[in-house]
Amino acid sequence: MPADEPMDTIDEQMLDGNAVGGMLIGLFGVEMTHVPGRCANCHKVSMVGALKAYTRGPGVVLRCPWCGQVVMRLVHRGDEVLVDMRGAMLLRFPAPG
Amino acid sequence: MARLIDWQLGTLTAVRDETPTVRSFTLSLPAWEGHRPGQHVDLRLTAEDGYSVERSYSIASEPERGAEIDLTVERIPDGEVSPFLHDVVMTGDRIEVRGPIGGYFVWEAALGGPLLLVAGGSGVVPLMAMLRHRYRMSNGTPARLLFSSRSYEEIIYRDELDEMARHGDGLEVIHTLTRSQPPGWTGYARRIDEPMLAQLLESLAQPRVYACGPTALVENVANALVRLGIQPDRIRTERFGPTGS
Amino acid sequence: MTDRFVTRGFVGRRVAPGEADLRSRIAPGQYITRDFPVLSAGPTPRTPLDRWSLGIEGLVAQPVSWTWDEFLALPSREWTVDISCVTKWTKLDMRWRGVSVDTLLEHVELQPSAAFVVAWSDGGYTTNLPLPDVLNGQAFVAYEYDGKPLAPEHGGPARLVVPNRYFWKSAKWVRGLRILDHDEPGFWESLGYHNRGDQWREERYSGD
Repeated sequence: MPADEPMDTIDEQMLDGNAVGGMLIGLFGVEMTHVPGRCANCHKVSMVGALKAYTRGPGVVLRCPWCGQVVMRLVHRGDEVLVDMRGAMLLRFPAPG
Repeated sequence: MARLIDWQLGTLTAVRDETPTVRSFTLSLPAWEGHRPGQHVDLRLTAEDGYSVERSYSIASEPERGAEIDLTVERIPDGEVSPFLHDVVMTGDRIEVRGPIGGYFVWEAALGGPLLLVAGGSGVVPLMAMLRHRYRMSNGTPARLLFSSRSYEEIIYRDELDEMARHGDGLEVIHTLTRSQPPGWTGYARRIDEPMLAQLLESLAQPRVYACGPTALVENVANALVRLGIQPDRIRTERFGPTGS
Repeated sequence: MTDRFVTRGFVGRRVAPGEADLRSRIAPGQYITRDFPVLSAGPTPRTPLDRWSLGIEGLVAQPVSWTWDEFLALPSREWTVDISCVTKWTKLDMRWRGVSVDTLLEHVELQPSAAFVVAWSDGGYTTNLPLPDVLNGQAFVAYEYDGKPLAPEHGGPARLVVPNRYFWKSAKWVRGLRILDHDEPGFWESLGYHNRGDQWREERYSGD
């Protein structure tokens, strides 16, 4: 973001992947914020906790901190959560157990 | 190791005022399995008709406290949750808690330093867990906390930070007061900016940086530190959203 | 709904509609809000007005596009409408100024197979609607809210507004309407939200 642009409400509401850590644990059963993921758009690697999170809206959108493209989207609808991870080409989880 | 983390009931056992608008709550959690400094919990409040809200709060206490955690919450006047916590909740009440959450914004003594911690207002909470842990472990990792508050009266943990700094174990606490200063104040009196950070970086060789607070502050600090030569992967940030949310 | 622990004393910040006539204006499952919440899926785009354009393309004889000045020169009017967001807030009597989608479509010749619209925006957002849902005064491209130029965080310089649908269909930062013969789920519709989104039938999710 350019240094001379004032921040608006949308910028200020932006959080990071930490903020959805609880939701991700509930889904994946594991701590995800330090899982590294490769952006399918720019191919740079960031930890899920470092993704830029837009959480105010119909769903949660996690964007690559390098190129701004969508890495992950989540929608909580009723008793299901829909997850779209086409923006993440690879995630590296520690082996369970 | 992966472990399933689900909602559990915590009981409020103690309340403590940190400033006129900030209060700490101690929750006893029988099913707690411990946490790492910097992690947070989610709280869930449910009304009788099923309406519920969730909020995340950083854990203020060090893991060495066992099966209880402290949360430090600023009362936001037209907020939905913080006025409830400040005005309605009483010791003995139970609250749903999920956690600990967050493996990214974490510091433990084993990670080493030196440490540059940058806090804006209630962003100091997860950093306080790190400092309390450091203190309990008698860990001498050099650490510098740059703490931005609106006024002297609103400095969260002011006395405790003073005491830790006087301990002489390598912790320095530097305050900046952005809206008003007490008579005779000789410290910083403005928002955190690049020249201030440059001064803070003096004689701190390639520190690990943890910055936490309102998104605007954290963005500015992270960008400035990168311009000052800190590697982006040495900077961990936690954004609290807009001030007053 | 599974058994849920109830938090003693918690009510939440909700303004319950009081009068009976007010109740009839509130779609099912919604709460009235006095403020204008800002919601987003990404950062605010900031296209300079001298590079902005609004276009109609797809199943039309000839695509058409307007620069900012050309767009402002189109016939516009005031609209006072109630808005419902799928996140459950409803705001009554919101005052907008904008150009009816009917007016925009007067400048193109729709092909016979034209049946659906995708509105697309700066920043990559899209949303889909059946073509009949944006005709006959049911949709407009707004550039003023409450008598002032539309703020960027609310979708300025111009956004689509479709008052009879959940507000995610009212694409912020709209730059074009693409006319299609088939439905193409947009940003939220491709992740479980309803293709039509009629708040009076509580069409929040696909399958509702």
